Amino acid sequence: MLRVRNLKCYYGKIRAINGVSLSVRPRELIALIGANGAGKSTLLQAICGLISHWEGEILFEKVSLRGFKPPAIVQRGISMVPEGRMLFAPMSVLDNLRLGAYLRYRRRDHHGIAEDLESVMDLFPILRERAGQPAGTLSGGEQQMLAIGRALMARPRLLLLDEPSMGLAPFLVRLILDTLVRLKEQGMTILLIEQNARAALQIADRGYVLENGQIVLDGAAGELLADQDVKRAYLGKDYREFYEGRA
Amino acid sequence: MSKMKHGFFLLTIVIAGMAMSNSYHLQLLTFIGINTLLALGLNMLMGYAGQISLGHAAFYGLGAYTSAVLSATMNWSPWLALFAAIVLTTLVAFLVALPMLKLSGYYLGMGTLGFGMIVFILIRQWSTVTGGDSGLVGIPALSLGPLSLASGKAYFYLVWAVVLMCFVICERVVDSRVGRALRAIHDGEHVAAAMGIDTSRLKVGVFVLSAVFAALAGFLYAHLVSFISPNSFDFLVSVRIVTMVVIGGMASIWGSLLGASLLTLLPEWLHVFTDYEMVVYGLILMTIMIFLPQGLTRGLLDLYEQSRTIYRRPATSQEPTANR
Repeated sequence: MLRVRNLKCYYGKIRAINGVSLSVRPRELIALIGANGAGKSTLLQAICGLISHWEGEILFEKVSLRGFKPPAIVQRGISMVPEGRMLFAPMSVLDNLRLGAYLRYRRRDHHGIAEDLESVMDLFPILRERAGQPAGTLSGGEQQMLAIGRALMARPRLLLLDEPSMGLAPFLVRLILDTLVRLKEQGMTILLIEQNARAALQIADRGYVLENGQIVLDGAAGELLADQDVKRAYLGKDYREFYEGRA
Repeated sequence: MSKMKHGFFLLTIVIAGMAMSNSYHLQLLTFIGINTLLALGLNMLMGYAGQISLGHAAFYGLGAYTSAVLSATMNWSPWLALFAAIVLTTLVAFLVALPMLKLSGYYLGMGTLGFGMIVFILIRQWSTVTGGDSGLVGIPALSLGPLSLASGKAYFYLVWAVVLMCFVICERVVDSRVGRALRAIHDGEHVAAAMGIDTSRLKVGVFVLSAVFAALAGFLYAHLVSFISPNSFDFLVSVRIVTMVVIGGMASIWGSLLGASLLTLLPEWLHVFTDYEMVVYGLILMTIMIFLPQGLTRGLLDLYEQSRTIYRRPATSQEPTANR
């Protein structure tokens, strides 16, 4: 569904992504894990058209996304939940959700929008309660739900999430990730970017590990969870062994 | 709800028009209407979409001078001149907006400031057409068929009818998907784009809309006073429009009315201070900004809500003690 080949992204002269290739097949949940500054968000922004200076190839449903502006990419069926939620804080929860469906309003798909509003609010009942409230007054967990709901309102076929677990209590992380599993069961394709590697790999089908702008490891999520290198670097285990090994 | 508001607004206009016999008061109210148009247009751009313009007097002047030159010098019908003024303003605003709205924040402010100065200098120096510093006289009064709009009262109704119409237009825009998108751009352009909003197109669109409002105000102004000179469209006028928006309340349609009213009336009220007029004027604006930083609309609403909670406090303050 999504295929990235030898992608290179630049910020001025700094190369943030250095030849990344990955693929996401329909109905898959893929985890992309890596530390701060590994290039995860850059990769995502390139897919969404928010960065236009990239080399290589990004194909979505066999069509190259080169030169596409963000609205055209949303139109094709890719929706993003940005890092740090990035809600429109002074606007109401309902207006935030409606903004997610901006392009569909333009096509006058009012019936479909009303349907999706209902299904998003069934997915996150708290949003129904808070519908009239400014998005900025929600708690962190509720904001993340709203950010996901807003992305779903575009009725995407591929959902990209940038660190949805950031700054959330463990039980909220669980809740958000369970929702992703449910979405996947309903037929959504998901690319999940996370620092919280364990949580992400537990729900993913496959995973990629990004380090310094390159994919250093990839494979089935279970294999990655068991991998010694991954454990050491991202799962916070085996530290004793690590230190002893050096000593 | 909004129909009721408009009905009430219309009623107020009619009653005010019937009650007012003093031509000075009528003219003052007419000026408030013209200034409200200016503030309303800029509020769409600045308050909703978050794009500042320090050169809006340029469009005000463009509307006034285009209509004045065509109708006074070339004997066009004023309504045809209005049409020409709007077409020209749309064109100029579009051409200016294309490169200009790539800027944001202070830089956009500087850019529009420069544009305002260019238009001002053009009006002043192109004296064969605009009359230069000595101004342009003999701008004909308006008439609708056999109905003359020359009298103060008729003009008052005309201006406020236009204001009401623009209010309705703005409310409809604000409540639509476009209005939501504008506020989204204000809040974060990058994310707005990620939602599928074509941010540059919308920004240009709202810039043109607000320029057309200013041109409309210029047209109404020119045919009201029948004499215009460059000083009515200089940099300070741009600043005054911005002040109306900020004092009245950003992102508030009714705030434009409040801000325009206050900034039109204040100088008239403050004549009693003679030499100290400007000092008092400045002090009042400063006080408003310090105590009601969100502008009059939001500020007064907040004060009202506060007073209601204070009034209710005796009942609520007992609950915490009971819980302990």
